[in-house]
Amino acid sequence: MCLAIPALIKSIEGKEAEVEIGGITRRISLWLTPEAKVGDYVLLHTGYAISIIDQQEAEETLRLFAEIAEETR
Amino acid sequence: MRYITEFRNGASAKGLIARIAQTSKHPARFMEFCGGHTVAIFRYGIRQVLPKTIEMVSGPGCPVCVTATPDIDKAIALAQIPGVIITTFGDMLKVPGSRSSLQKARAGGADVRMVYSPLDALKIATENPEKSVVFLGIGFETTAPGVAASVLQAEEQNIRNYYVLSQHKLCPPVIRAILKAGEVKLDGLICPGHVSAITGSQAWEFIAKEFGIPCVVSGFEPLDILQCVAMLTAQVESDESKVEIAYRRGVTREGNAHALALMNKVFEPCPANWRGIGVIPGSGLKLRKQYKHHDAEVQFDIKVEPSIEPKGCLCGEVLRGVKTPLDCGLFRKFCTPESPVGPCMVSSEGSCSAYYLYGSELI
Ligand code: SF4
Repeated sequence: MCLAIPALIKSIEGKEAEVEIGGITRRISLWLTPEAKVGDYVLLHTGYAISIIDQQEAEETLRLFAEIAEETR
Repeated sequence: MRYITEFRNGASAKGLIARIAQTSKHPARFMEFCGGHTVAIFRYGIRQVLPKTIEMVSGPGCPVCVTATPDIDKAIALAQIPGVIITTFGDMLKVPGSRSSLQKARAGGADVRMVYSPLDALKIATENPEKSVVFLGIGFETTAPGVAASVLQAEEQNIRNYYVLSQHKLCPPVIRAILKAGEVKLDGLICPGHVSAITGSQAWEFIAKEFGIPCVVSGFEPLDILQCVAMLTAQVESDESKVEIAYRRGVTREGNAHALALMNKVFEPCPANWRGIGVIPGSGLKLRKQYKHHDAEVQFDIKVEPSIEPKGCLCGEVLRGVKTPLDCGLFRKFCTPESPVGPCMVSSEGSCSAYYLYGSELI
């Protein structure tokens, strides 16, 4: 039930945003993440963005995973 | 999809599995608290790729499953009150109460509607001003802030016919209760990813400090979970216990302070009844007095008869991590997702449902 999926913010209007999730557009609420900006990825849960994805951290984790994959090749 | 596909990469998964196998020397039992993790672990066959030294057990982190029978009865009773529309997440519909379920109540004429968001419930309230629209507040810290926001929105827009029946629950107190009871011995805890997005990883620091159990917050993709297990294993082998994050793109130590502030503005802690565990002080959330005009508990005279527990159902033990669905005599034979006896079979995140759908290798 705590499922949350990454959604890309396309536009913002007040406390609402239009997001894209795998090609589908939806309106969501930014009540919980008022600092979100267009171009941010957010974690979407029950109509609310619950956090902003840290894209730099994501890249770093992926770099680490790529290294681990190299090690065992 | 971005931030999903990359975290399912096969070569990295192999690397992480190899790393876990190399590191793990001592037997270790890890609990995944969250039902979302249980499903992911089963769906991706993670138990099967881990070394024999590592045992995984499922925890009580399924909000539908831990909702106690009297609370379900209360929701069903509320649905019978004329003029009330019950709005709820889909998983709650089929959960059997003592004598009925929301689905059966609906078949009997009650107005019960499935929604994806409390925002949908607000909309229904606006469109039906002559009705009382009640949203069933189920869920942990991930969900409660959004429900709090919906109450504040109702205030802002003066939507007077919107109510919440709060059965929200908090995770840290139940983990403490389970660890204190000492029934299940754990060497590591896979901490819930999206609860932590709100609470921050700091919420679990007491587990590492007071109970000496390694804690790692995990995301929900296979690489997230494997990385989490690798980090837990490293802690076990180096005899450490600290809180780490294997889901750095979504979780910080501090969490979402703004969301927490909204949650605390609308709700206050109260005792809550957990299925199979009992009443834990401070583990639930109720609406604060200043929002009592949106509190279904206060606004309606809900009459419930004493509850009856489903006979032979081991959900309680399963939720505490001391039994598995395979120990239950009803599993598969009398209890299936189509005709569930207990909530752990109803919820898509319940252990019994996960064992039923994906667990054939384990039987
Ligand atoms: S299999 Fe069904 S009856 Fe048995 S513990 Fe699970 S939900 Fe309860």
